[in-house]
Amino acid sequence: MTVTTTEIEPVAATGLRAQLSEFWHYFSVNKGAVIGLWVFVSLVLVALFAPLIAPHDPIEQVRDALLMPPAWAEKGDARFLLGTDAVGRDILSRLIFGARYSLFIGCVVVVVALSGGILIGLVAGFFGGWVDTVIMRVMDVILAFPSLLLALVLVAILGPGLTNAMIAIALVLQPHFARLTRAAVMGELPREYVMAARVAGAGKMRLMFRTILPNCLAPLIVQATLSFSGAILDAAALGFLGMGAQRPTPEWGTMLAEAREFILAAWWVVTFPGLAILITVLAINLMGDGLRDALDPKLKRS
Amino acid sequence: MFRFLLGKIAYLLPTFIGITVVAFGFVRVLPGDPVLLMAGERGLTAERHAQLSAQLGFDRPIWQQYLDFLVRLFHGDFGTSLVTKKPVLTEFFTLFPATLELSLCAILLATAIGLPLGIFAAIRRGSWFDQVSMSSALVGYSMPIFWWGLLLIIFFSGVLGWTPVSGRISLMFYFPTVTGFMLVDSLLSGQDGAFTSALSHLILPTIVLATIPMAVIARQARSAMLEVLGEDYVRTARAKGLSAYRVVGLHALRNALIPVITTIGLQVGTLMGGAILTETIFSWPGIGKAMVDSISRRDYPSVQGGLLIIAALVMTVNLLVDLLYGLINPRIRHR
Repeated sequence: MTVTTTEIEPVAATGLRAQLSEFWHYFSVNKGAVIGLWVFVSLVLVALFAPLIAPHDPIEQVRDALLMPPAWAEKGDARFLLGTDAVGRDILSRLIFGARYSLFIGCVVVVVALSGGILIGLVAGFFGGWVDTVIMRVMDVILAFPSLLLALVLVAILGPGLTNAMIAIALVLQPHFARLTRAAVMGELPREYVMAARVAGAGKMRLMFRTILPNCLAPLIVQATLSFSGAILDAAALGFLGMGAQRPTPEWGTMLAEAREFILAAWWVVTFPGLAILITVLAINLMGDGLRDALDPKLKRS
Repeated sequence: MFRFLLGKIAYLLPTFIGITVVAFGFVRVLPGDPVLLMAGERGLTAERHAQLSAQLGFDRPIWQQYLDFLVRLFHGDFGTSLVTKKPVLTEFFTLFPATLELSLCAILLATAIGLPLGIFAAIRRGSWFDQVSMSSALVGYSMPIFWWGLLLIIFFSGVLGWTPVSGRISLMFYFPTVTGFMLVDSLLSGQDGAFTSALSHLILPTIVLATIPMAVIARQARSAMLEVLGEDYVRTARAKGLSAYRVVGLHALRNALIPVITTIGLQVGTLMGGAILTETIFSWPGIGKAMVDSISRRDYPSVQGGLLIIAALVMTVNLLVDLLYGLINPRIRHR
């Protein structure tokens, strides 16, 4: 018995390496995806090292530099590369720290929605019957509401703030994961390897998490990427509506909300935070497209 | 077809009930005393509190409260707004045409641009046209539309001065509401310049609201078209020597359109979500902006009613899309 395991392990390792290199092969064919990946990696670095990179404190108000235009514009100041906002805070520094919030929001929301959705979907798909019916009807109800509206109402219940916004968005995104997991589980259940594991005496937990789940991961990873960007967008939208992160947090959506009254007077306070959101979301979506091409065998041939 | 319809409705019934439970439960899970929240009064005496509680039915068992809620819904009573003191349903019907007009224009624009874009991208796969249009679609799909709206205002209203910043029509025009659609009403009024004014107010919000659906439709149309172009019957049609125009127009397009129509129909939810942001930016007096206002003013009866109506509306449209899908694609119906 022990002999067989020692024999299998190196094969599994090269198998993983082979899988990874095959994945990279398909992923790197898509140039957009590679660009997206690089942008994303640099954003992560910016977020990690924000205090080192940012030229100013993100909430420090420089009283003699209110609504300064960007450095290259007329009357610009070299101290403030992207200008300052209405209370004299450096926009570049706020954007740099804002990257932390957006990526953090994306991570937390995806982890919560993904683990919740996987659990719910596994249970629904594995047990079937009335458990499945009840669970999926509840998911249908959540999906019946426009997601932003439901998130808004949830935040109204929980109270405005970043944490509650993340909870609300995770709850709204979760049914997508539950549905995907359920569909994948139901596709895998009748397969022979599941039957074999069952016959070999694997318990329900082992069947669900060790046998079936790893084979359902591909669509979930793609959905997780899309949800990551969706979460960033929704959190920014909530911030913009005054229901997300509260001032003076340098969250990009909240920055836009503060900048709204100056749109015709100071274009830079509006332009840059939105551009940051767009670039981030676009990079993640580019990656998501590449992931889908690389992971989804149905699309591989096209 | 009739059985298909009945089956669909039976399937959706639990979801409809679920929506009413959510709307009902929403008020009960709010932090604070629901009586105070729903009555919108402060500093009540114990007497007045008991009176209001009885009046609003909060003194009865919770299941009975829910049944009462359902009965009231069936009688068309969706509660009364705390701010305007008018029935929520009446408020909804005054606001809804504005949202409907904007959404219709947006989905028309999105289809008119997205569909041909996707189809030509598929036909000329790998060309610069394909690359440019699909890159733009991805940018559109990733767009924070609240920022996009502000940018358009900066450029078209601020720099160029072409379009107004907010509202549905210039204040200098006044005419009676006939259809609730400003474009139609302004034409009916016969006043000079009224239609132009309504149109110029509509352009930017329409572009903003159409952006994401346009991107979704273009991407979906491209992949549907690519799939169909790879089918055997298309190859057969080509082999028969049919012109490219006939192959694409007659054989491929008709089948590629089926999933795209569904996609277009399913954008209703996206439109409603987008309307919240678009209407807020452009001070467009529709239900999206009204929902945001109601939430920030703590007008909970309006939020409750609006939530219910919007979800029911989205579900109904999705049901209609399903039926339409069954109608144009008999394979689904007989399954």
